Amino acid sequence: MVEWTEQERNIITSIFSSLDYDDVGPKALSRCLIVYPWTQRYFASFGNLYNADAIKTNPNIQAHGTRVLHGLDRAVKNMDNIKDTYAELSVLHSEKLHVDPDNFRLLADCLTIVIAAKMGSGFTPEMQATFQKFLAVVVSALGRQYH
Amino acid sequence: MTSLTAKDKNTVKAFWAKISPNATAIGADALGRMLVVYPQTKTYFAHWKDLSPGSAPIKKHGATVMGGVADAVAKIDNLTAGLLNLSELHAFTLRVDPANFKILAHNILVVLAITFPNDFTPEVHVAMDKFLSAVALALSEKYR
Repeated sequence: MVEWTEQERNIITSIFSSLDYDDVGPKALSRCLIVYPWTQRYFASFGNLYNADAIKTNPNIQAHGTRVLHGLDRAVKNMDNIKDTYAELSVLHSEKLHVDPDNFRLLADCLTIVIAAKMGSGFTPEMQATFQKFLAVVVSALGRQYH
Repeated sequence: MTSLTAKDKNTVKAFWAKISPNATAIGADALGRMLVVYPQTKTYFAHWKDLSPGSAPIKKHGATVMGGVADAVAKIDNLTAGLLNLSELHAFTLRVDPANFKILAHNILVVLAITFPNDFTPEVHVAMDKFLSAVALALSEKYR
């Protein structure tokens, strides 16, 4: 059972309420596909991913980045039960999408970098610790139903 | 073995030229963050009086670390040979578990994103990540 302090809850809700999901989602996903190119394996049907510019302007990637952020939103709204909230999503990523769970961590790292760039020095060490703790819980929940 | 292409090296050198005036501050910030976000790394600094972000030992050590990174940029064409002494230091004297190089690298990247949000593009990010991975590998050479 993950324990969250009052301060940690406030940090997570305040970070996410400051985000434009349509902006941050696409930025995080496209950064992941550029920095860790092997992650492109899951997006073969998305069209042109030939170079960084193609990835950044690909409308399918943009739509999917937004979808991922809205998926994270469910964890923000259910912080005390992320494991159960994501049970179905975990099965989906394992059984249908066949995503190597290590990739969740890579996307989480890219999201952290995008948030850091957006918030600047407002992204204090304490906020970074809380944000990374939150993402670690999400990543763990998404990997739970793999067998 | 992480292989840095000519494009990677040029990207790293150009970005480093831009950021090197801030190197000391970047090192201190990254180190301070690492100690907060990954508390297990504090075990290597039990001999410091003050482990809070911005403290004197952190500032000093952040500068030392970034001096090493600057050296690596200058020796980017042969990191294994160029970082031999540093590798021996980390292997035999400091005995830092190499997993921690990745952790510190991540925090350096976070600070670069904070300090240079417009310059730290995905293209620069991948080059810097590859470079820091190559540095970590060179530092691990003498471990066993």
